[in-house]
Amino acid sequence: MSTVATSQIKLTPEHARPRASVRSRLQDALPKLVLAPSFAITIVFVYGFILWTIYLSFTNSKTFPSYVISGSRAYQRLWGWTFDTDPPSSWYTSITNMGIFGFLYILICLALGLFLAILLDQKIRGEGVLRPIYLYPMALSFIVTGVAWKWFLDPGLGLEQTLHQWGWTSFHFDWIKNKDFVIYTVVIAGVWQASGFIMAMFLAGLRGIDGEIMKAAQIDGATTFQLYRRIVIPLLRPIFLSAFIVLAHLAIKSYDLVVALTSGGPGGSAWLPSNFMYEYTFKRNEMAVGSASAVIMLMTIVAIIVPYLYSELREKPR
Amino acid sequence: MSTVATPARPTASRQASGGMNVKLVNRIVIYGLLALFALFYLMPLFVMLVTSFKTMDEIQNGNMLSLPKAPTFDPWLKAWGETCVGLTCAGIKGYFWNSIKMVVPAVIISTLLGALNGYVLTKWRFRGATLVFGLMLFACFIPFQSVLLPMATILGSVGRFGVTLQNSIGTSLGLGNSTVNLVFVHVVYGIGFTTLFFRNYYEAFPTELVKAAQVDGASFFQIFRRIMLPNSMPIFVVTVIYQFTNIWNDFLFASAYAGTGDSMPMTVALNNVVNTSTGVVEYNVNMAAAMIAALPTLLVYVLAGRYFVRGLMAGAVKG
Repeated sequence: MSTVATSQIKLTPEHARPRASVRSRLQDALPKLVLAPSFAITIVFVYGFILWTIYLSFTNSKTFPSYVISGSRAYQRLWGWTFDTDPPSSWYTSITNMGIFGFLYILICLALGLFLAILLDQKIRGEGVLRPIYLYPMALSFIVTGVAWKWFLDPGLGLEQTLHQWGWTSFHFDWIKNKDFVIYTVVIAGVWQASGFIMAMFLAGLRGIDGEIMKAAQIDGATTFQLYRRIVIPLLRPIFLSAFIVLAHLAIKSYDLVVALTSGGPGGSAWLPSNFMYEYTFKRNEMAVGSASAVIMLMTIVAIIVPYLYSELREKPR
Repeated sequence: MSTVATPARPTASRQASGGMNVKLVNRIVIYGLLALFALFYLMPLFVMLVTSFKTMDEIQNGNMLSLPKAPTFDPWLKAWGETCVGLTCAGIKGYFWNSIKMVVPAVIISTLLGALNGYVLTKWRFRGATLVFGLMLFACFIPFQSVLLPMATILGSVGRFGVTLQNSIGTSLGLGNSTVNLVFVHVVYGIGFTTLFFRNYYEAFPTELVKAAQVDGASFFQIFRRIMLPNSMPIFVVTVIYQFTNIWNDFLFASAYAGTGDSMPMTVALNNVVNTSTGVVEYNVNMAAAMIAALPTLLVYVLAGRYFVRGLMAGAVKG
């Protein structure tokens, strides 16, 4: 977890040599030349493309890109749909789902991750077995996770059916087929996939805490609960921040999970903005609207990530 | 969440104090909770695995948690060689290889570029290096939806140019080939992460060594090859695992740029198999296909779990 320490040492050859031959000048420029392609690629294919997408969002592109600016029509339509339509539009559904999913996913992953890490940190025998069990879902693709949970949550095949066979016939669990609840199944599968990883982050944080502090608090008569509430959890603040960033970023990007788990849900009721963007851009021939939704997604991420990166990369006073 | 609350048992005579008693209950609760969560994480995998070895008959009439009564390997064989992906019924094996052909070059190229970038950014600092790094780092976090469409447009034009080349000089030079496209896309959007990994690793690498070598007249690339590379094994492992997992598991780019035809990668093919609406749904085959898609990354995780975690953490706790 290294911080961005900007070392002061400069290795650029001291420009003392009087006759800078072509060769030595080339040597001086070499590091920059090596970095240049990657930087150029980033500028063009990330920042250039973002500008391109922003531009498209102000046109009236449908199936094919059009480059005639037509104002903020796409945005007006998006937000118009959001607030003026009844029944709710797919954009309204998507952002509401994003709110529900993002909030629950981040909150539960943080809580569960922290809880499991604290449990695992109690000098548990078999930690070496448990940790990989909690963590392995992170290695799977969202598609595989979706397939597994789709089966597990299917009322006719999975959990409900199993409990019926065991005699609990009144048990009813059909969220995955219910347009009002389908987004919560996405939360379940998402939490299953990422919480083990958040646990690992917290566990690493717990292991990094100085044992002396804990001992001192115990000697002062702090109960275990107080110890965690007053001392340990405040010390884990940086981990909370990192975990939040990771989860927020995963949540806004979640696209595959919705596709594999729900195929979009009944009538698109499980859509997230990422699904909206894909559908409108590539399937409904509303390219400008799709681009506008992508821009809104990007802005959300910018609002979260940029302050974070700025504080990380800022030259730290020494 | 129901806790496994075992009533405090009357303690054995050796445990005289009540404190010991409370401690014992605590331990039981902790282990009980941990075991319960282990079940939660294992359940879907377990169900997937047992289902993939059952016959359809047993799936329809049996319990999803029961072990297969007559384990059969047929669903796996069918998933690999016969099941229908879209209109082609030749199993998922072709798509598995598509993924391999995409993953290997993409991982190698992005990792090497990341190593070089990290080396320049830490040992050959120049004015503006932090800004350059910041710009590359931010690229890791963008939602790919914001570049999806322009990239599709560009890849489309490149593809048309490839056809022209094909017609005029007899070879398209790989332009327009879906696998080549995906390799390119994954390299472009992967170098941010690989650069981050190597930069953070090289940051801690003793600069004195590099300086000394420089004084001895070693060139930029000599220092990289002789000093940096031999000491970079751990970060190479981490980066390769991270990139491998990410690229293998990618679905968004794959479905946008290679979503149809014979060039689909594994994830897209799996989604097609599972969400196909024609005929009887063969759950056992679906589960076997999902297992096959999951195996490479699971294998990496099992073999190199420690590095896998470190990779995730570095990508996470970045900056």
